[in-house]
Amino acid sequence: MSALSVVARRPVPGVYVALVLTAVIGWLVVALRGGALFNQATIVSLLHVAAGLGLVAVGQTLVILGGSLDLSVAYVVSLSTLVAAETMNGGNGALLPGVLLALAVSAGVGLLNGLLIARARVNAFIATLGVGLLLKGYLDSGYDGPAGSTSPGLVQTLGYQRIGPVPVSFVVMLAVAAAAWLTLSRTRFGHHLVAVGGDPEVARLSGVRTDRVLVAAHVLCSLCAGLAGVYLAARLGSGAPRVGTEGLYDLESIAAVVIGGTALAGGRGGVAGTVGGVLLLAGIDAIFNQLELDAFAKQVVRGVVIIGAVAVYARRAVRKGRW
Amino acid sequence: MLRSVSKSFVGVRVLDHIDLDVTPGEVHAVVGENGAGKSTLMKIISGAYAPDEGSVVFAGETRVFRGPREARRAGIGMIHQELTLLPDRTVAENVHLGHEPVRRGLVDRREMLARTSALLTSMGAGPLPVDAPVGRLGIAQRQVVEIAKALALDAQLLIMDEPTAALADHEVELLYALVRRLRGRGIGLLYVSHRLAEVFDLADRITVLKDGTRVTTVPAAETTTAELVRHMVGRDLSGYYPERAAPGDQGPVRLAVRGGGNRKLRDVNLRLRAGEVVGVGGLQGSGRSALARALFGVAPFTTGEVRLDGRPVRLASPRAAIRAGIAYVSEDRKGEGILARQSVLDNALLAARAISGPWSGRAGRTTRMRELLGAVDVRTAGVDQEIRFLSGGNQQKVVLARWLALGPRVLLFDEPTRGVDVGATSALHDVVRRLAREGAAVLMISSDLPELLGMSDRIIVMREGSIAGELSGAASEADVVALAVGAAPGAVA
Repeated sequence: MSALSVVARRPVPGVYVALVLTAVIGWLVVALRGGALFNQATIVSLLHVAAGLGLVAVGQTLVILGGSLDLSVAYVVSLSTLVAAETMNGGNGALLPGVLLALAVSAGVGLLNGLLIARARVNAFIATLGVGLLLKGYLDSGYDGPAGSTSPGLVQTLGYQRIGPVPVSFVVMLAVAAAAWLTLSRTRFGHHLVAVGGDPEVARLSGVRTDRVLVAAHVLCSLCAGLAGVYLAARLGSGAPRVGTEGLYDLESIAAVVIGGTALAGGRGGVAGTVGGVLLLAGIDAIFNQLELDAFAKQVVRGVVIIGAVAVYARRAVRKGRW
Repeated sequence: MLRSVSKSFVGVRVLDHIDLDVTPGEVHAVVGENGAGKSTLMKIISGAYAPDEGSVVFAGETRVFRGPREARRAGIGMIHQELTLLPDRTVAENVHLGHEPVRRGLVDRREMLARTSALLTSMGAGPLPVDAPVGRLGIAQRQVVEIAKALALDAQLLIMDEPTAALADHEVELLYALVRRLRGRGIGLLYVSHRLAEVFDLADRITVLKDGTRVTTVPAAETTTAELVRHMVGRDLSGYYPERAAPGDQGPVRLAVRGGGNRKLRDVNLRLRAGEVVGVGGLQGSGRSALARALFGVAPFTTGEVRLDGRPVRLASPRAAIRAGIAYVSEDRKGEGILARQSVLDNALLAARAISGPWSGRAGRTTRMRELLGAVDVRTAGVDQEIRFLSGGNQQKVVLARWLALGPRVLLFDEPTRGVDVGATSALHDVVRRLAREGAAVLMISSDLPELLGMSDRIIVMREGSIAGELSGAASEADVVALAVGAAPGAVA
């Protein structure tokens, strides 16, 4: 049985099978060239990458499950770093207000996204693209480079503190993912969200307030992106107006969700797969950094992985038969 | 329950002072043609629309429901014609969607499973896997889940819109039993159906709607099918089915299949002559639809040979089949037949555009299509109207016009009149027969035995992926069923 068919059979473990395969192949390739993939430095760096992307991707999972999408997350990440760092202004006194304000601003963006989509009935792609461009305009005109200064307390903890090789930020990401998992599987809101993604009309006729559910999902998604921004501010020590877009958090988060087996059309999937997808993308990053190959090869492999994952899931859906 | 309810859309009055009442423990059937106002009426009762005039009185109180959510909570359940279940969610999750039991802020899974099991047991439905995704269940089981979903909020009134439309015959009996049990529990049922036989089987009283007005309400015991049909269409449908082809009318063999097989079919041998209508009977899953889909290149034959007008053809894709002169009307109108949000005209021109040149449509083609739509008697506010606003029967006529534009030599119909009312069914039958007379070969799958027997010159019956036998048009329903289930009926599930 080929690896692909294993991936195909069960969506959530599938991405983890791919993850293990990638790790083994990566380790072999790196070892053959005399390097070591699994040393402390690479693992720490991998987990840091996964923490940032993971936070955004968990939020993205929620809106995609609900049949929506958020293209504004990259700008929300940038905005959040700036709000946090400028409010904190280098002192520990304003640490909490800085974090809270950054999250509040992010939630506001999510609310706007949600209202545009659920109430004004603007297509999610267009609505979040538009809101993203709006934020881009603000960031481009207001900032030329890093601004503000993150509280040292936050830098030391969320930014760099580790438990063994595991960064605190990664643990935070896992906690957020766990909360999202619980929300999806054990709360009414979660059940309603998946129902809206599966078929909004069915959900509506069943008495689900589809508007509220979608708006809430978008607020949560932006909150996750905002939290990722706070983490990046802690990591960089200042606000960075372009960190979100340069990190490709919009497309990467969507890619992670899809690789994790969530249907882009909504209604099927979950955060467990997304975390796997994040680790897979971060793992590929780590391997290529270790090999010191050019960026082009890395992008090719990532592209192949994403397309391959979608193709495998599509085949699986076909084999399951028509509904 | 309904007092003098009226409703208009864009100036057109679709319901005109309708009075209707359903008493507890009664099955009240509502019948009527296309556009008679049945769906609008149901939508008003179930809270999807607000009436312009008049009121809904439920359990002694005048109610204004601001949406399906409120109506559901008040105790009005609705079974839609298309099932409203999420295939990826479990039975319990579907049944409780919108009102999941919660303990300490979290959904109480155990409670949800227990309640679902209890509910299904109280309905007298067989054991269902309450923790399995609905997508794994058969159609009949899904229907049971749908009813459980409607009952989950303690419904006192249950509205059923064409509940048997998707069911095979033996499954219909299960539904009947369920309906009778619900009636016995004092639940009022409003039952909408196009199948008059079904209405007589179940209903205590029958209301006939025509053009938005109530023609009559009669106890079922005091009326007849003929009388109902007369009320519905305002004329007698004495020659209910069009005349069959005379033996001399049949031309040469149009389509011949020898030893056709694929994953779902084995050793299919079949000849369709120009001018004849060949009916296909059999149970669901017996390969009826697979046969049509093989001939149309959806899931092609992998073995055997197909000849069209004597020449071998490879029907490897729907496009190849269409180019060869084959047309196919799917049983899944919503999923495979129409583009719901596109106009009537665009829907009708879909196939013609698909196989013609790079331009979407010259004026001439549009004009011809308008004529065709008129010829099959599509009733619409205008050809630019989105097709989803048309009734099922009119949508089906549009699908038919789509194929007629290509002048097909072979037509494959899969349940062409499912969910279509009496008047439109009759019109569709006429068109089918006319096409045959004009030289087409017609293959028609139907689960409706009277239709199968009434329309077909010959009937082939499928069982377990192959042709179990052939019957003449003069066969009886019993003959078809006997062939469909095989010599030992218990052996075929």
